[in-house]
Amino acid sequence: MTSLSPPKDKIWWNEPIERTELIWITIVFLWGLVMTFMMPFWHVVGDQNISSETYKTTPEKFMQQTQAFVDEYTVRKDDGPRQYPVVKPPPGGDVYLVARLWDFWPVVELKKGESYRFHLSSLDWQHGFSLQPANINIQIIPKYEHVVTFTPNKSGDYSVLCNEYCGIGHHMMIGKIIVVE
Amino acid sequence: MSEQFRICPDTGLKLYQSTETLIKANAVAAVVFLLVGGIYGLLVGLTRWPAVHLLPADWFYLALTGHGLNVLIFWLIFFEMAVLYFASSVILGSRLAVPKFAWAGFALMLIGALMNNYIVLSGEASVMMTSYAPMDAHPLFYLSLILFAVGALLGCFVFFGTLVVAKEEKTYEGSVPLVTFGAITAAIIAVFTIISGAIILIPTLLWSLGFLAEIDALMYRLIWWAFGHSSQQINVAAHIAVWYAIASIVFGAKPMSEKVSRMAFFMYILFLQLASAHHLLVDPGVSSEFKMFNTSYAMYLAVMASMVHGLTVPGSIEQAQRAKGINAGLFEWLRRAPWGNPTFSGMFLSLIGFGFLGGISGVTMGAEQINILVHNTVYVPGHFHATVVLGTTLAFMAMTYWLVPVIFRRDLIWKGLASWQPYLFGLGMAGVSLFLMGAGTLGVPRRHWDITFSMTGGEVYEFPAAANTLLALNGLSVALAVAGGAAFCLIIVGSLLFGRKLGPDEKLATPHIATPPSDADYEKLGNGITVPGTLVLALVFFAAFAVYYFINWKYLAETWGIS
Ligand code: HEM
Ligand SMILES: [Cu+2]
Ligand SMILES: [Cu+2]
Repeated sequence: MTSLSPPKDKIWWNEPIERTELIWITIVFLWGLVMTFMMPFWHVVGDQNISSETYKTTPEKFMQQTQAFVDEYTVRKDDGPRQYPVVKPPPGGDVYLVARLWDFWPVVELKKGESYRFHLSSLDWQHGFSLQPANINIQIIPKYEHVVTFTPNKSGDYSVLCNEYCGIGHHMMIGKIIVVE
Repeated sequence: MSEQFRICPDTGLKLYQSTETLIKANAVAAVVFLLVGGIYGLLVGLTRWPAVHLLPADWFYLALTGHGLNVLIFWLIFFEMAVLYFASSVILGSRLAVPKFAWAGFALMLIGALMNNYIVLSGEASVMMTSYAPMDAHPLFYLSLILFAVGALLGCFVFFGTLVVAKEEKTYEGSVPLVTFGAITAAIIAVFTIISGAIILIPTLLWSLGFLAEIDALMYRLIWWAFGHSSQQINVAAHIAVWYAIASIVFGAKPMSEKVSRMAFFMYILFLQLASAHHLLVDPGVSSEFKMFNTSYAMYLAVMASMVHGLTVPGSIEQAQRAKGINAGLFEWLRRAPWGNPTFSGMFLSLIGFGFLGGISGVTMGAEQINILVHNTVYVPGHFHATVVLGTTLAFMAMTYWLVPVIFRRDLIWKGLASWQPYLFGLGMAGVSLFLMGAGTLGVPRRHWDITFSMTGGEVYEFPAAANTLLALNGLSVALAVAGGAAFCLIIVGSLLFGRKLGPDEKLATPHIATPPSDADYEKLGNGITVPGTLVLALVFFAAFAVYYFINWKYLAETWGIS
């Protein structure tokens, strides 16, 4: 008898279970519980949990809100090649970041240790918000405005890369976040 | 009307003519698409090696789209059709129900696959296999996938029909064999998968034709992954059925206990279809409760099932070896396994690669918060080259070596190369998997043509130097893996064309199926722990898993606060 032939006993569910199998099933089951526990546990004690606060929006509306944000808080032009406005919102404030074919707009300046409510949406296709080198990766979906609060813990220049394939210019899509002390 | 059959002189299996021809057709189609997809894979891998950077951007995205579709969809599903016909008609010794339907299914799949390759090559569908709306492809792209899926659905119906025929004509007694049970699991999940696919692809087709104004991008992702995720579950169920089959073929092994192995298959049906949420862990609009519920309840119970198979397959081999008297020490049974037989070595490397690399990485990044660290980085392709390539593809390759003489009646050519092939391919793929995962933890994005950002007019991000090194090592591994993949295709196609034809009653020089140990042999093993070696391997696996899992939580704790 093998795995290619019918079970020896017609009533195979009455067969005894081998000891090793029992030990392993117990370990694996408990491990599953540990892993199940870790996720809600991290919601309680951990500092990295993506909020699911989301609103329906439209490209026009989201662009208007971002424009208003830029108009209100722009402090200078970025010294990078694109000369995008550098926008410095007050700590605790809202930040609007547009993802579109093929860039992120505008450049944002944050203060280390302060929290900011980021509003993320796309004006066209799906994009990825990949903040490097902090290694934070979030999906951006058109017509959905996702609100996530970030608290930077190190100062420096950060890049936002697109890591959802978005057509032939995908690899040109890059943005910038500056964190100051 | 009684259909023609023959009895295989090497294995004693009863082979119906129509089953054999269908298995041949599907297996050959599978290997051809693997070859096409492998060539694309080589081009993609070399382009991602920064120092080589082979293809221009548009060709890179085209090739990556073609790669994903040809290997993930066409190679695997054609081969799975062959597995289904084998697990029903051949193992049960029954005629195939309505072979005409099976042929119609095959034709649809072939038309779909060819049409898809045509439209992708034309450059009008470089949208990746996921084709995330609202990015749009040429309508033929969606149509081709629908045709392919309908064809596969027909194949599943023929499989179920054959089970009914076998039962009615009493070609076997009692319950179906475990391998068939595994194939039933795969086929049930396949039906669910194809229906989800239809629910998402048909409206998308209509939308691309202009009949529908809009496809909601989030809804698309949710349903697409109900399809995309459960199709991975088909692969897992099918390759685990193949593991059990090979353990029986090479060692005459029997399941350690029928109940445990069958329950583990059954868990896949119960739980895994809902786990598509683990593809949406960093999406907006999906609540944490939904994400956690689906990953823990739906995924961990299915993960448990895979971990159980991961023990019971080598355990069944250990039992068989010990029953035959290879009983010394912890690992004598493994040391004395036929490592030069590609059917065995391919299967065992598949088991190790799937568990240690694919399993551990997949479950770890499937934790809701840890996903933040790696979502859409090359860590993800690193992970699934361990599951679907080291795991499924290598298992299917191993099975193919065995099928060539049995079904095609050809002696294998280049046996020496064949005995090396699983190591070559396995090593290369393990490299691809590990180095991509490494680069992913440094943030390197997936599906990305240029991580030096040379086209952005000066706005750049400089990855740590290690990222370039890892991608170069990946490039070298790609070369190894492609050599291994090409060797496989050459050996198989070469054997079918030029291998010595075996006469109808001719037996192979070496026995092609092991004689199972007797009940009395098994009784000598006693009632305690009969597989100490496997238990030790499992505990090593568990330790690696737990360490890796918690290291990732530690990494997570080091980044910005997110809430
Ligand atoms: C010789 C063999 C292979 C090589 C060298 C190879 C290499 C690669 C590379 C470098 C990527 C790109 C990662 C990225 O830029 O995002 C990739 C993607 C992928 N590979 Fe492979 N691979 C091989 C075989 C396979 C096989 C056999 C399968 C499936 C059974 C497979 C499934 C995939 C899938 C699904 C993707 C993702 C495509 C996408 O992002 O849409 N690969 N492969
Ligand atoms: Cu983008
Ligand atoms: Cu992109």
